[in-house]
Amino acid sequence: MSRDTLHRPEPAVGKPPGPAPRGRRRRAGGTGARHARAAAGFLLPFLALFALCFLAPIGYALHQSLFTTERTGPLGLGGHEREVFAGFANYAHALSDDRFLTGFGRVLLFGAVQIPLMIVLATALALLLESASARGVTFFRTAFFLPYGVPGVIASILWGFLYVPGISPLVKIAGTLGWDVDFLSRGTVLWSIANIVTWQFTGYNMLVLIAQLKAVPGELYEAARIDGAGAWQVARHIKLPLIRPALVLTCVFSIIGTLQLFAEPMVLRPLASAIDSGFTPNLHAYSEAFVGNNQHVAAAEAVLLALVACVLSFGFLRLVGGRGTGRR
Amino acid sequence: MTRPPVRHRIITASLLTVAALYFLVPVYWLAVSATKNSADLFGTFGFWFSDHPHPVDYLVDVLTYDHGIYARWFANSLFYAGTGAVCATLLSAAAGYALAKFPFRGREAVFNVVLAGVLIPGTALALPLYFLFSAMGLSNTYGAVLIPSMVSPFGVYLCRIYAAAAVPDSLLEAARIDGAGEARIFAGLGLRLMTPALVTVFLFQFVHIWNNYFLPLVMLSDSDLYPVQLGLTSWTGYADRQPVLYQYTVGGALLSVVPLMVLMTVLQRYWRTGLTEGSVKA
Repeated sequence: MSRDTLHRPEPAVGKPPGPAPRGRRRRAGGTGARHARAAAGFLLPFLALFALCFLAPIGYALHQSLFTTERTGPLGLGGHEREVFAGFANYAHALSDDRFLTGFGRVLLFGAVQIPLMIVLATALALLLESASARGVTFFRTAFFLPYGVPGVIASILWGFLYVPGISPLVKIAGTLGWDVDFLSRGTVLWSIANIVTWQFTGYNMLVLIAQLKAVPGELYEAARIDGAGAWQVARHIKLPLIRPALVLTCVFSIIGTLQLFAEPMVLRPLASAIDSGFTPNLHAYSEAFVGNNQHVAAAEAVLLALVACVLSFGFLRLVGGRGTGRR
Repeated sequence: MTRPPVRHRIITASLLTVAALYFLVPVYWLAVSATKNSADLFGTFGFWFSDHPHPVDYLVDVLTYDHGIYARWFANSLFYAGTGAVCATLLSAAAGYALAKFPFRGREAVFNVVLAGVLIPGTALALPLYFLFSAMGLSNTYGAVLIPSMVSPFGVYLCRIYAAAAVPDSLLEAARIDGAGEARIFAGLGLRLMTPALVTVFLFQFVHIWNNYFLPLVMLSDSDLYPVQLGLTSWTGYADRQPVLYQYTVGGALLSVVPLMVLMTVLQRYWRTGLTEGSVKA
């Protein structure tokens, strides 16, 4: 099934597989109506829930973000609350909050370092596994993929134990070697989180890349080898360009995932004083909503977060898409 | 076909081994530590057993602590992930099948809206969803976690692509001429032909729900409704005051990752098909 898509010029994310054959529409009205009824029946259950869980919250968040709660009565402590239109005041509030912006900067820095590292590691492992002899490949592939089955929270608890002095054998080993490490200091904790994310998702991304490598017809490698290309050249000039769509896909999902960074800092917070309530944008929105009790600002922050995620992932797609057509 | 030179193979093998150590050592630490009590967790070397390991007793302690609350959390996780994934798979199958096999006006528009749903960050959605659900009086119920778990835009995407390729129009026409109704054709033919894609959607959604932390965290305040992850973080929060909870957290973490690891190892083949469909066809 994957073979026919390889002939398609530019497999880009988000592009539907082409328009339906026109001929079907010109059928007798009876069949068309019957089709429409059946399609509606199949689609409605999903669309109803999609509207409830995707469209409605977005609409509600947009609405909430434009209003604010006004308390009436003496000193604003009266029992009466009412919603008043606030325009973009909540957005202005969020965008002038230093900690929210610092949190954004932090995840952007995190993504700029961690995503390339992880993707390079995943690509290297995928290529190594592809070139290794058959024995042991299954074991290694399973071992690399295994951490994906460990939820972010559990991975953070687990690595938290490996970071915290007193329990951590890593700190102990480093200590006996005369190396005083602190994984949870102000300067290191972001990269300790990066390590947790890398540990969890490298194997998954590797599997995506392997899946695409397998879809490449073997004759291509044979032909290149007969032409005298070495393993490195085959990897560089044949395999890498061919797994480009999968690389793009893994990058986009990593960008979206990075912006949402939450569970890891949340779990490590009791261990690391360097993690404050604005460490990531998501953490900031969460504490606005549940600690600061400020739903409207939290809604504005959620909208901003989704917006940045969209801009970044579409921007990335455009960037790599543009370069791809240029090369052709 | 010449085999690569020995030097090359040794380098490859050692690089792979180093990587395997990186990925497996934390899991090994977890397994070793689950045999220790809190005192030994702090007092003995982490990568080796204490003098008196208790592999079974301490896990039993985890299960019986606080009237078996851990077992309840575990059952909740299974319920959320199992029910949610089954419903999501069936809904995605029906929607994907309709989008692939029934040309109607606005079909591409519907599909594009659903696709945009794939790219929306889940946690950016969870907070507004909580505001909405609490306004509707739905927060802090099983439904608050279960209902959003039944929606998988990625599943619809995968099912549409798969149905377009794997369900031939001629077969559907033949069934129609035989007088079968559309629902019957879908249940009897469509679902059967789409099975490999459905297994993949189920797996992805199951893991997605099982791993989800933000949604239950914002939705639930009653600890009886917690999934495992949320329960465990509530234990770590108290561990300072009640050191035995360190031991329970470690044991509980081990118990919670075992089922998923087994599931992933055994069903790796389906992961790969799913990933090929998802990336190559994207």
